[in-house]
Amino acid sequence: MITPTTALRTWTAIGGVAALAILGEVLIAAAMRKLGDLDMIRERSGLPGAIQAVLASPLFLMGALCMALNFFAMLFTLSIADLSLAAPAIASLTYIGNAIAAKIFLHENVDRRRWLAVLFVCVGVVLISR
Amino acid sequence: MTHRLKASQYAILIAVMLTASIGDTLLSRGMAQVGAVDLHHLGLLWQALFNPYVISGIVLLIGFFASYMTALSWADLTFVMPATAFGYVAIALLSRFWLHEHLSLSRWAGIGLIVCAVGFVAGGPSRTEHPELDRMDSGAGR
Repeated sequence: MITPTTALRTWTAIGGVAALAILGEVLIAAAMRKLGDLDMIRERSGLPGAIQAVLASPLFLMGALCMALNFFAMLFTLSIADLSLAAPAIASLTYIGNAIAAKIFLHENVDRRRWLAVLFVCVGVVLISR
Repeated sequence: MTHRLKASQYAILIAVMLTASIGDTLLSRGMAQVGAVDLHHLGLLWQALFNPYVISGIVLLIGFFASYMTALSWADLTFVMPATAFGYVAIALLSRFWLHEHLSLSRWAGIGLIVCAVGFVAGGPSRTEHPELDRMDSGAGR
């Protein structure tokens, strides 16, 4: 039975998972942007050099930690909520949050075309996971 | 800051689209064979590491992470995002044409919307201009 308390708990968990995913992806995107073109780094210093460059980035390590926490938070959420609700809800929230965070923190130029894409992806993900 | 992507960069984006969805599918198939894992049967997780589906799923997900980060090193997060969503389309089409599952009308609509979203973003630049950031970069001697 769905009571207001369980609904609140479910949505708090879903929001938490999405927030961790957004934080992780923005940190990793910022790390990769700072590092520069990985293909070029690989040409210069080989695959081990590229892996070393990524692992030495504090932004990447913080992002990876968020992604790991996100994984366990996801497992917890799936144990208290239905997959058919949690998966599309988390994906949609993550896409919207990523676009907003990319605009604010990464200063990406999120134009009308990209906002429209975010909207279409959200509705599309909900439709496809029904 | 060019709008053109190299052929190798398209290959990376296609890898982002396919590895995540196929990796997830392989993992869920492998875990279905292993059985439900709970606190009293944590040993099953160790056993799962020897399941061929789980192993190939993990390999593909490592490949996904590598190609995703490579893409982020030359493209915007909001540019790569729709490509990851395309994985849902890949799974739906795989289940339709490989596993011959029935796709409902709403799923076809979802596929259409995500394809449109990828089209919108692919038509624009992969990395948007950052006048302030560029100035900071050149100031730092890069």
